[in-house]
Amino acid sequence: MPTQSLTSWGRVLRIEQKVLTFASRFDSLPDSSSGSLLPYGNGRSYGDSCLNAGGIALKTAALDRFIAFDPATGILRCESGVLLAEILRLVVPQGWFLSVTPGTRFVTVGGAIANDVHGKNHHITGTFGCHVHQFELLRSDGQHLICSRTENFDYFTATIGGLGLTGLITRAEIQLRRISNPWIDLETIRYESVDEFLALCEESDRDYEYTVSWVDCASKGNSLGRGLFMRGNHAPAGVERGQYFSKSRTFPFVPPVSMVNALSLKAFNTAYYHKQFRKKTRQLQHYEPFFYPLDGLLEWNRMYGPGGFYQYQCVIPVEYGKEAISELLKEIAQSGMGSFLAVLKVCGSIASPGMLSFPMAGVSLALDFPNQGDKTHQMFSRLDSIVSSAGGRLYPAKDGRMPGNLFRSGYPRHQAFKQYIDPRFSSSFWRRVMEST
Amino acid sequence: MKKILIIGATSAIAEATARIWAQRGDQLFLVARNKEKLEAIADDLRVRGCPKVETYCMDANDVEGHVAMLDAAEHLLSGLDTVLIAHGTLSDQQACQQSVELTMREITTNALSVIALLTLIANRFELQKTGTIAVISSVAGDRGRQSNYLYGSAKAMVTTFTSGLRQRLFKSGVSVVTIKPGFVDTPMTAEFKKGLLWASPETIGRIIDKAMLRKCAVVYAPWFWMWIMMIIKMIPECIFKKLSL
Ligand SMILES: Cc1cc2nc3c(=O)[nH]c(=O)nc-3n(C[C@H](O)[C@H](O)[C@H](O)COP(=O)(O)OP(=O)(O)OC[C@H]3O[C@@H](n4cnc5c(N)ncnc54)[C@H](O)[C@@H]3O)c2cc1C
Ligand SMILES: NC(=O)c1ccc[n+]([C@@H]2O[C@H](COP(=O)([O-])OP(=O)(O)OC[C@H]3O[C@@H](n4cnc5c(N)ncnc54)[C@H](OP(=O)(O)O)[C@@H]3O)[C@@H](O)[C@H]2O)c1
Repeated sequence: MPTQSLTSWGRVLRIEQKVLTFASRFDSLPDSSSGSLLPYGNGRSYGDSCLNAGGIALKTAALDRFIAFDPATGILRCESGVLLAEILRLVVPQGWFLSVTPGTRFVTVGGAIANDVHGKNHHITGTFGCHVHQFELLRSDGQHLICSRTENFDYFTATIGGLGLTGLITRAEIQLRRISNPWIDLETIRYESVDEFLALCEESDRDYEYTVSWVDCASKGNSLGRGLFMRGNHAPAGVERGQYFSKSRTFPFVPPVSMVNALSLKAFNTAYYHKQFRKKTRQLQHYEPFFYPLDGLLEWNRMYGPGGFYQYQCVIPVEYGKEAISELLKEIAQSGMGSFLAVLKVCGSIASPGMLSFPMAGVSLALDFPNQGDKTHQMFSRLDSIVSSAGGRLYPAKDGRMPGNLFRSGYPRHQAFKQYIDPRFSSSFWRRVMEST
Repeated sequence: MKKILIIGATSAIAEATARIWAQRGDQLFLVARNKEKLEAIADDLRVRGCPKVETYCMDANDVEGHVAMLDAAEHLLSGLDTVLIAHGTLSDQQACQQSVELTMREITTNALSVIALLTLIANRFELQKTGTIAVISSVAGDRGRQSNYLYGSAKAMVTTFTSGLRQRLFKSGVSVVTIKPGFVDTPMTAEFKKGLLWASPETIGRIIDKAMLRKCAVVYAPWFWMWIMMIIKMIPECIFKKLSL
């Protein structure tokens, strides 16, 4: 088996791993005992949840076949390595859209299930896993388990959000949702504080399918917690603009040092906040820039230089949301570290079938930090204690450093989950959070 | 809309090429030996918009079966105007050196079966006075090297055969396209460590499609292999024999 140097989106870790490209869903898992296995989708997780030092990466990129699509019901069956981008290319012209999409379309269906990803409509539709009818799980004992709400339900719930540990998902059946056209009717509102943000959410959650906000993470004092609130719906039939041309550029190289620093950070955040003069604007925006603003600059993660970066994403239960988020923002602004795009979003109460699913009813904050070694880790520890005392948790898909006890207290079902882990599967993330304090 | 026969349709390169054709609305007749994989590819091409996909199970080395397969293709698509021959195996050079039987089998798969197919297809296309036939050979056929001269010599036979066939069929308005890929990341090369010179099957698929539209004679895929092979071919035999390529 050849080796390849694998990394994840944060580029902090680069691991020389054995790689096996899974070319057909009818193939079986390698029988050699030369290390543990872990599926690798498109490597869009930020930390080490898609990496497995010393083990074998089961690459799913070639499992990219559609199986069936019914334009009458919006039920799509495909192999697990199909990218959400490919699904959109197929179904949008036929009047369908993903029920749930994360902030990048370059993730695989298998990865979306294994992290039970969420999107801007979490308060209305729940997670990706809520829209999965069934999937096939290939286990190392050779079994092909069909998992659904009626068949092997325990493996269904363990595998959704199961971090790739329960076996290889070979194919899945997902439910899409109807749209009239590719456009989003979008309103952007400037807000001054966390209070105002929460009030906007409350006011919008019923009538707007998509809500999200960008928060200025560089401002302190009176400006603390200011930002831009976005809310939108798929535009109705007839409300559309002409042809849209997808644009993308590539960040051309890895600069020797991170281009994100205290200076550029303050400047960007201030400029971004002021890009909108009016309190409220309304526009018709194509779904690509609306859902995937970062996909327009391919490989933007190089901007953080050779050291890479971390993302910190937490969710805080509703009752402590306001105080904890304000505290987190204060701590981050104080540190002067943060990044360009800090995202604040209210998650709803729709429960996912997934045992280790991340979202819960409450407020989620996500932002990137250039990797500056100890200094960054010390700040993370301070953020961790705010999250932990508010009963919150961190998102494994974005994590490359959380202490084991924060994971274990945040995901109380990890004990029950263990029995579904395939004995031959493991990950760097899992070993880290189960073995460390 | 073209009527295309693909032999070795489960090959990663053939599959990538078929997707381009499916999206363009061409009709496809897919031939391969593994039924499960073949059906999975046919389903995918249908979802991607292919108006008609037929499948046919056949081992390319079953030369007896070629006529029936061609008849079925012409019947089910009501004619044929394009063919892609893609099947092949990367022979284990060391093992072949120890086994005459394996050597013969590898030559049959990579050269003789192709020539048998081309013989039948050429006659049919010559009669209908139109069509395009593309065959995947390899840069390995440009010069024998100790690491894979068995595979290389089989591909050399395909290259030479298609060159002569191209001349013969030119007069009938039929074009013959010889594709010579370099390193391509497919199941055939799963055991190799990949580096800079490697191309994806999608890249090769696009090159094949374009070469067929333009009725090119010989294409290196990607193009830079032409220069690499030119240099390799220029090395005098007295030096070449001492190299460990
Ligand atoms: C710019 C950007 C924006 C993002 N926005 C969001 C967001 O809004 N919401 C959100 O939830 N996430 C978001 N993410 C995170 C991303 O959606 C997840 O990390 C996703 O799981 C990545 O999918 P992938 O295909 O790249 O999988 P990888 O990162 O390669 O793998 C992720 C996990 O899935 C497992 N896995 C992959 N394929 C299979 C399979 N076939 N069978 C079993 N297990 C498998 C892996 O073992 C691993 O544990 C974002 C990421 C980026 C880069
Ligand atoms: N990959 C490279 O680097 C490279 C370089 C130069 C040239 N090529 C050539 O490109 C072509 C396609 O190969 P690929 O790279 O796409 O590899 P691949 O995915 O492994 O495809 C090879 C295909 O040939 C089929 N095949 C082998 N023996 C057969 C037989 N007797 N009858 C019918 N089908 C048979 C295999 O079918 P099964 O699935 O049933 O085994 C498989 O689908 C081959 O001719 C190869 O020699 C490849």
